[in-house]
Amino acid sequence: MLTYALRRLVSLALSLAVASLVIFLVVEVAPGDPAAYMLGTGAQPDTIEALRSELGLDQPRLERYLSWAGGMLTGDFGTSYTYRAPVAQMVADRLWVSLPLALYALALSTLLAFPAGLYAAARRGRAGDVAVMGATQLGIAIPNFWFAMLLVLLFAINLGWFGAGGFPGWEQPLAAIKALTLPAVALALPQAAILARVLRSALIDILGEDFIRTARAKGLTRFEALWRHGLRNALIPVLTIVGLQFSFLLAGAIIIEQVFFLPGLGRLIFQAISQRDLIVVESVVMLLVFAVILVTFLTDLAYAWVDPRLRRRA
Amino acid sequence: MTFRLLPGAVLTAIVVLAALISYVWTPGDVASVDIAAKLQSPSAAHWLGTDQLGRDILSMIMVGARTSIAVALVAVGIGMGVGVPLGLAAAALRDTWLDDVIMRGNDLVFAFPSLVIAILITAIAGPGALNAIIAIGIFNIPVFARLTRGAALSLWSRDFILAARMAGKGAPRISAEHILPNIANLLIVQGTIQFSLGILAEAGLSYVGLGAQPPVPSWGRMLAEAQTLVSIAPHVALMPGLAIVLTVLGLNLLGDGLRDVLDPRLRAVRT
Repeated sequence: MLTYALRRLVSLALSLAVASLVIFLVVEVAPGDPAAYMLGTGAQPDTIEALRSELGLDQPRLERYLSWAGGMLTGDFGTSYTYRAPVAQMVADRLWVSLPLALYALALSTLLAFPAGLYAAARRGRAGDVAVMGATQLGIAIPNFWFAMLLVLLFAINLGWFGAGGFPGWEQPLAAIKALTLPAVALALPQAAILARVLRSALIDILGEDFIRTARAKGLTRFEALWRHGLRNALIPVLTIVGLQFSFLLAGAIIIEQVFFLPGLGRLIFQAISQRDLIVVESVVMLLVFAVILVTFLTDLAYAWVDPRLRRRA
Repeated sequence: MTFRLLPGAVLTAIVVLAALISYVWTPGDVASVDIAAKLQSPSAAHWLGTDQLGRDILSMIMVGARTSIAVALVAVGIGMGVGVPLGLAAAALRDTWLDDVIMRGNDLVFAFPSLVIAILITAIAGPGALNAIIAIGIFNIPVFARLTRGAALSLWSRDFILAARMAGKGAPRISAEHILPNIANLLIVQGTIQFSLGILAEAGLSYVGLGAQPPVPSWGRMLAEAQTLVSIAPHVALMPGLAIVLTVLGLNLLGDGLRDVLDPRLRAVRT
């Protein structure tokens, strides 16, 4: 297990190095000089040059890449061109909205999907299965930001149960969780639909196995047999989807934040794009890609832990 | 088996037809602003009502369908055009380091969600429909490459491929003449699924301002503009959203239906 984990760790480090290089090079070719943009159209060339030097933009590219990538390793993401504030601090502030939102949505999606998938598999081919599968088909087709608007219309405007947007901060934990509830539901629904379908399919495959037949022969109902013996064996495909979903949820959170005016990473990155604050764009993108690569790594480890055969094969 | 194929095909056909008809006719002019007629509810004159500028929503949806379909279709084309040859090459070069390089590169691209690619492209080139196409297209590449490699690998050990090798055919020829036709069905089904995901992704990108820009109508931007009006004129936000849902639902049903017809073995395990 240790050798396997170490090998995956080397692969993780390589992926991160290449990803950071790709992101840096892509942003490097961006037209428009951030210094000229910050100073406006009337700026003198020598003032622009002075600012370029202050921001470190006059350094050779390799040096700038190494200082940016090395800085990220130590938690120093550089200084925002626009706000003159440490990017790491700006990102950390916003992450306290985006990350809990993604995790909240992941929890909701799993909570919705497991009973739905189990129920559909246990009632395979009957009306209950058809109804759940029909609902998931619809869930997959609904864009989450549109669903978010419908939730606002119903629960915020018509019923007044929730606010239509905004975030009070974590000083008021209950109010904060309430503010993240509608966004999390909007994010979770399509993911729950996908997860429920995968779980149902994995469980149906297992229904034909001998150990389930034995369990049924011992007098367990189909649902009990699936719950006690089937679920653990269906976890591998489900784990893959949960791992993939986290990255989709983090990226999806960026869009949902726009619907609910949440001060998360989404707001930060769109402001940074419009202000040509490229170092913020670079850092947030790197962080998102890092999250995806890290979750893939953890999912791989979880596979090997759940199924020892995979350690040998890999 | 046709209970999904038929409704899927009908829904898809309606959307494609609406997009095509919009080139020659729409109920109203999407470019003309008529403030006096703004935010009207659905009526005989405007079947789906009017938006905040008095434009006919049905016409906007018809023209918006062109953007959605074009972006998603070209993105599938990019994904297939690059991903399938890569997957075929990786399978043909299995057991060599080149397979590893292709697949690790693939994993790396997979780490960039399409939204992140779109953000990067927008940072360089500014927003536009082309960004959406490239972003979704790049995201599609590893999907097709993985699928193709997996399916091709299982074929390489089959007798008819061995026979082709004994007949002196090289790997590129075998890939093109024997492997590709045998995995075409799989690619068609995946193409339909990626097409529907592309429609959703395009809507999301347009919604946050990274996709098609005014005056090109797009479903995502219609929703972004309708967001502040949702309490006074819900239909302005409902209609474009319904258009997206029905299109995606139609394509998903079509994909499932095609899978049933083209590969009966998959029926039992479909998700």
